Amino acid sequence: MIAEAGHYALVLALGLAIIQSIVPMLGARWRDAGLMNVARSSALAQFLFVALSFGALTMLHVTSDFSVVNVFENSHSLKPLIYKFTGVWGNHEGSMLLWVLILALFGAMVAAFGNNLPLSLRANVLAVQAWIAAAFYLFILATSNPFLRIASPPIEGRDLNPILQDIGLAIHPPMLYLGYVGFSISFSFAVAALIEGRIDAAWARWVRPWTLMAWIFLTLGIAMGSYWAYYELGWGGWWFWDPVENASLMPWLSGTALLHSAVVMEKRNALKVWTILLAIITFSLSLLGTFLVRSGVLTSVHTFASDPSRGVFILLILCFFIGGSLALYAWRAPALRQGGLFAPISREGALVLNNLFLTTACVTVLVGTLYPLGLEVLTGDKISVGAPFFNLTFGPLFVPLLIAVPFGPLLAWKRGDLLGAAQRLFAAGVAALIVVALVWAWAKGGAALAPLAIGLAVFVIVGAAVELIERIGLLRVPFRTAMHRAIGLPRSNWGTAFAHAGLGVALIGIVCETTWNSERIASLKQNDIVTVADYSVKLESLIQRQGPNYREQIAQFVVSRDGQQVGAMSPSKRNFATRGMSTTEAALLTRGASQLYISLGEAGADGAIAVRIYYKPLVLLIWLGPMLMAFGGLLSLSDRRLRVGAPKPAKASRDLQPAE
Amino acid sequence: MTRKQRRLTMIGGALVVLAIAAALVLNALRDSIVFFTTPAVAAEKQIPPGKRFRLGGLVEQGSLTRGDNLAVSFKVTDGTATLPVTYKGILPDLFREGQGIISEGALDASGVFRADTVLAKHDENYMPKEVAEALKKQGHWKDDYGAKPGTAK
Repeated sequence: MIAEAGHYALVLALGLAIIQSIVPMLGARWRDAGLMNVARSSALAQFLFVALSFGALTMLHVTSDFSVVNVFENSHSLKPLIYKFTGVWGNHEGSMLLWVLILALFGAMVAAFGNNLPLSLRANVLAVQAWIAAAFYLFILATSNPFLRIASPPIEGRDLNPILQDIGLAIHPPMLYLGYVGFSISFSFAVAALIEGRIDAAWARWVRPWTLMAWIFLTLGIAMGSYWAYYELGWGGWWFWDPVENASLMPWLSGTALLHSAVVMEKRNALKVWTILLAIITFSLSLLGTFLVRSGVLTSVHTFASDPSRGVFILLILCFFIGGSLALYAWRAPALRQGGLFAPISREGALVLNNLFLTTACVTVLVGTLYPLGLEVLTGDKISVGAPFFNLTFGPLFVPLLIAVPFGPLLAWKRGDLLGAAQRLFAAGVAALIVVALVWAWAKGGAALAPLAIGLAVFVIVGAAVELIERIGLLRVPFRTAMHRAIGLPRSNWGTAFAHAGLGVALIGIVCETTWNSERIASLKQNDIVTVADYSVKLESLIQRQGPNYREQIAQFVVSRDGQQVGAMSPSKRNFATRGMSTTEAALLTRGASQLYISLGEAGADGAIAVRIYYKPLVLLIWLGPMLMAFGGLLSLSDRRLRVGAPKPAKASRDLQPAE
Repeated sequence: MTRKQRRLTMIGGALVVLAIAAALVLNALRDSIVFFTTPAVAAEKQIPPGKRFRLGGLVEQGSLTRGDNLAVSFKVTDGTATLPVTYKGILPDLFREGQGIISEGALDASGVFRADTVLAKHDENYMPKEVAEALKKQGHWKDDYGAKPGTAK
């Protein structure tokens, strides 16, 4: 009964999406306020029905109704309750349902909070949003219906893939999808602007908070996913340049570019055509990511729920939206008027440089990700493009970008003073050089690139601080005045500084972890001791334990340093009987920003157990950086300018002024 | 600067960056990609020792031996040919005899594949996709893996 209700709600949502994709657009054409307002109510109702449908699936999972295929295949009555919830999206059908739920949520948010948008723009935006929604509802209903029943219901389910039975599944996919799908709003705004043939600075001001919100979630989602892979896969790796990871990195890169170009458009009314293109590209890359992950055309360590036969359908959706929007762009974009002039050395120029490097880096990732696919289709050769490729291409492109980061905010709009900016960054440069020298001396030569890279990171971090100090006039004016100015400083300035500093922080973590990571693999018996980077790790005991739906073998270690005990660690190996699979639960011991990491291998016949022990210096900075970036984004989002809502454009917009 | 000059500066700068990126990509594609083969194909192509490649196939039943200090050796087969593999370290959770694996490394002078990575990546069928396809091509894989779009079959 619940399954049928959920299915029916999804069909109703499809019906509403179809109405929403046609009626408001006709209304915008005929300037009929009544028809345009259909968008608002249908977007809200659509969200309601998708939410009902999602709620129904959740209910089925929680009550372990094994007469539903989806529940039977991915659940087990003994599974802990939290994984019964998260298991809803731990499979293909459920994750697609989560995808459309979030899509509908964003549509509903535009409908609910978009009161200051011109009526016709809102109608068009929501109509475009509904096209996407309709396509994906069709996809779910036609190829991946989560509500299918089994004729003769089994008593017990097949359980969720054990690797997914982790708290990471509760957070990572929803975050990532909020990011991916959030970019659909920028896309809809871009397409709506092309349809209306009008775009101005106010448009950028409406789009920016949505883009920023999606970007914050995507940043956190990627970082969260990376940490999850780090502790769950048991290899201690946090980024594999795996197709699925690349699929999330590409929209992040172009989304970051979009954020920056939207600033230029908002402040200076320039780069309009480019901003529109970026908005289209960013969401296209999100769709591409969905396709790569969902279709399983590329092998990945992270894909748990893929089905090749569904790939064709998503490919069609992909072609329709990317091709359609780019065609519309080619047709309408030349008609958009170009705005504001600026010199190459200026804030705008710096932001253009940022866009140039980010998009180029994004293209190299795209090439590396799709090249194996293309080659296989053309020649039948199977190849893999791994980390070396990306280190050789992505790395060099990011270096000039990072050098340029501190300069950008110090340059004036229209015409900047590069020499002046360089003088103000003198302190940051000196700090960077000192750090390079110190790290060099500490590492006694060694890898030459690492100290330089850390120096670069310090330059970025201190550069971000310099920008703030310059703005509040610290050291130049009395301290009290400076503090007053700091409080009065727009939050978006603080946001910029935090986000840029976060970049530097992450870089330090990445460089330290990759350069000075120490690893020991050994076969240990009870009371054996191994030493890893100043820490001695002793195997105390091996015990067996019964979990709710698994048996686990736990190894208990005692960690000491200089004869002093600093902690205990107990990694385990779990064996899930239902699927006959085992997972490795690594144990982590955090020391400052560094971590000791132990994961277990197989136990030998002689009572010895294979262990992998890592010491990862400053590894936590890798994820602290993105968190700082997201925090910066959040500060920027709370800026008064965006919070109060976009001011109306010069001409009246609430009444039915036609688009020019 | 006139509008035209400014525009030219921008386009010029963009082209320079793109050219550098293209050079980087081409260079990296020449050096850092790894081909995937099965034992039969590896024998046929006579891959020289020291050249890195990915080897995929099934772990032959009864071929796994464990040495001291986590050294392991086993044989990978695709039904037509077998290739001995050595590896030192912890094997993945899903490594088992008779199961599909992918390993990365190079042949040594005596024709033994020295792997530095062993992956037992799997889908619900416990079989790496590349391995399943390669085996199917050679007629050793009965179970229908499912049609895959976009690949030559």
